[in-house]
Amino acid sequence: MSSDYEFIDHTYDVVVVGAGGAGLRATLGLAEAGLETACITKVFPTRSHTVAAQGGISAALGNMGEDDWRWHMYDTVKGSDWLGDQDAIEYMCKEAPAAVIELEHYGVPFSRTEDGRIYQRPFGGMSTHFGKGTAQRTCAAADRTGHAMLHTLYQQSLRRDATFFIEYFAIDLIMDDEGVCRGVVALDLAEGKLHRYRAQSVILATGGYGRAYFSCTSAHTCTGDGNAMVLRAGLPLQDMEFVQFHPTGIYGAGCLITEGVRGEGGFLTNSDNERFMERYAPNAKDLASRDVVSRSMTIEIREGRGIGEHNDHLHLNLQHLGADVIEERLPGIAETAKIFAGVDVTREPIPVLPTVHYNMGGIPTNYHGEVITRDGGGDRVVQGLMAAGEAACVSVHGANRLGSNSLLDLVVFGRAVGQRCRDTLTAGAKQPALPAGAGQQSVERLDKLRNASGGRSTAEIRLDMQKCMQEHAAVFRTGDLLEEGLDKLRGIHASFADVSVADRSLIWNTDLVETLELENLLDQAMATICNAEHRKESRGAQAREDYPDRDDQEWMKHILTWVDNGRVRFDYRPVQLDTLTDDVEAIPPKQRVY
Amino acid sequence: MAQFTLPANSKIGRGRQFKAEGAKRKRTFSVYRFDPDSGDNPRMDSYEVDLDRCGPMVLDALIKIKNEIDPTLTFRRSCREGICGSCAMNIDGVNTLACTRAIDEVKGDVKVYPLPHTRVVKDLVPDLTGFYAQYASIQPWLQTRTPAPPDRERLQSKEDQQKIDEPSACILCACCSTSCPSYWWNGDRYLGPAILLQAYRWLVDTRDEATGERLDHLEDPFRLYRCHTIMNCTSACPKGLNPAKAIAETKKMLLERRH
Repeated sequence: MSSDYEFIDHTYDVVVVGAGGAGLRATLGLAEAGLETACITKVFPTRSHTVAAQGGISAALGNMGEDDWRWHMYDTVKGSDWLGDQDAIEYMCKEAPAAVIELEHYGVPFSRTEDGRIYQRPFGGMSTHFGKGTAQRTCAAADRTGHAMLHTLYQQSLRRDATFFIEYFAIDLIMDDEGVCRGVVALDLAEGKLHRYRAQSVILATGGYGRAYFSCTSAHTCTGDGNAMVLRAGLPLQDMEFVQFHPTGIYGAGCLITEGVRGEGGFLTNSDNERFMERYAPNAKDLASRDVVSRSMTIEIREGRGIGEHNDHLHLNLQHLGADVIEERLPGIAETAKIFAGVDVTREPIPVLPTVHYNMGGIPTNYHGEVITRDGGGDRVVQGLMAAGEAACVSVHGANRLGSNSLLDLVVFGRAVGQRCRDTLTAGAKQPALPAGAGQQSVERLDKLRNASGGRSTAEIRLDMQKCMQEHAAVFRTGDLLEEGLDKLRGIHASFADVSVADRSLIWNTDLVETLELENLLDQAMATICNAEHRKESRGAQAREDYPDRDDQEWMKHILTWVDNGRVRFDYRPVQLDTLTDDVEAIPPKQRVY
Repeated sequence: MAQFTLPANSKIGRGRQFKAEGAKRKRTFSVYRFDPDSGDNPRMDSYEVDLDRCGPMVLDALIKIKNEIDPTLTFRRSCREGICGSCAMNIDGVNTLACTRAIDEVKGDVKVYPLPHTRVVKDLVPDLTGFYAQYASIQPWLQTRTPAPPDRERLQSKEDQQKIDEPSACILCACCSTSCPSYWWNGDRYLGPAILLQAYRWLVDTRDEATGERLDHLEDPFRLYRCHTIMNCTSACPKGLNPAKAIAETKKMLLERRH
């Protein structure tokens, strides 16, 4: 076995895992700061899932009407259902205008207003004057803003001196006896060689784990590998019960149709051809926050007002916007709707359904991006480990993320981790040798899986997990349903011991990679369903029918979750209700109405 | 002596056959397989797929084959909605994205090959490192001498933005470049349509101030002028972009510069 797996060793100041928006923004900032930086990514950077973001990136630029970052902060705190940390939210919203302007200076091909400024559109939950008016805050490059940003960030990385390891699959963190992260192990898919990276700091920007569910807008590659690496390193994940369902995934295919459609004036209807959102959110209507719209849609379908042969979906209408507006601002979704739903959006509505879209939970960090764990009743920073983007839980999104706050999260915190490294690390500093046997466990796991010859294929176990999550941890949850799901998931998790891998090669072995990804997903699915069962209240994306109210007394806290061989342990962190500076007042909890 | 036969290792053999027993609506997928470990010649495996239990796209069928019939089948895929550019391959003789090509659009057996004239790493996975290096070679980032305004965006009119709107929508899937006979012959020195479209994207960006240097770099018998207006690129583009037109415009810009 050993001859198959010689390590190729590398030393860098910083290693970034992931080359989506957060990973690339971190990489280019680090390179600019003179730190020797490697970026490891399992897909070519422009294929990362940031590319699929459509509607835009929020920032109170005020290009299309008055705006203030404090209003943006208010909306984000309210959107989070008061589970977001207000210091981090203040930081993000205050930094947003500069971050977006920086993107424009990098060359992002933003759509423009008549006077040549960045075009901004309304989005769900985005208001002016602390909930009173509608804000136009979401900066857009037509309906392919993520594509525009990701390509631009990759271009900027090319300009700087960073080393990319493309189509390398990161397997595990290297932790030492003091609990310090010292590096990472990755598999080069093309050559089949294992690489061991030593670094002063490892930054995880590995995205979400939407593929734990059967129907999601997420790419096949969204398997939360960094989250799972953190769990295997004996560290916790935070707020994993909060899974965002996007109101408008295409019925059947699951492909995303941007909230920007509703921002531009589109609306949802039921089988009575009624604009039902007016009943659920009299003010914001179709632009209420995503959790609210997804719940309303689910109720409509449940009460028999769904559309189609099985009354199981709803309609998104944009015909009235006219071909010109659609062509200028929503060309991508016109194409997507044509291909995946066979619909001409200038004439017919799109069949849609709430679809898993985003993970508010992830690796707990502070607003610098440093990873946090809990020791003896207090927070402890994990030395040498940082996280940013969807993988991280800073937490700026709390229990529910507002649309267009994720692209913002990527660049603001991708930039923040770079700055933190610049301020705390010395370029070229001598690093101690890696602990003896570093990476050996990864070799053993890899070899075991590569030669696995059990009775169940990776695809079978994955499908069981995805169906279980879809059935038991969806938009509405109850204790009984979750417990039943947990029972099933325990069995599915255990069945991984009986997995079989057919491809024994080391060259581009996607059978093996999918199996490693499945192992990653299983731990995260477990954390998700256990947290959902554990949190006995309704808040944001967690809607418990047996506990329909928010319970600030008991549950205004983050849940930390450790998963060890399928066994789960919890701890808690208080929500940060204080702001970072005196520039803004803290927003006290109140009832959340749209 | 000139050699007029293909090298021995490029001959494609007949591979394995997998039947879909009991399926009412079947379709045969004939898929190029190359196993780098075995040293064997490539082969065409053929898989019958039950269309009543399969999604509508060619990618759905490939995933179904991988999940249920043969997990060793190897291909790239990610977004499954035509925006990441991972699953570019040759389907029914045309370079396209497997995720947006409907099975119904193909008549008869569905033949699936890797992108043509690329080095095949395994099965449907081509080596695109040369393509990416060419992308980096055109310095595809905004270059300016005038400092950006410190606290706001650079201004750009809607009309000027429209000029970069289409070329910047390229997903770097390489369908166009690998459909170009000129790129097949001179892919080491000719930049090919995808990269030239990207070069054009910066030539027409009113914010960019390196137009002269960019044109200098392109003015070369190989990099640009190996385009012979064959137009395969434009017919291949799965995003409906027009690299051929961008190349023609670039040639015009070079001509105009001379006068």
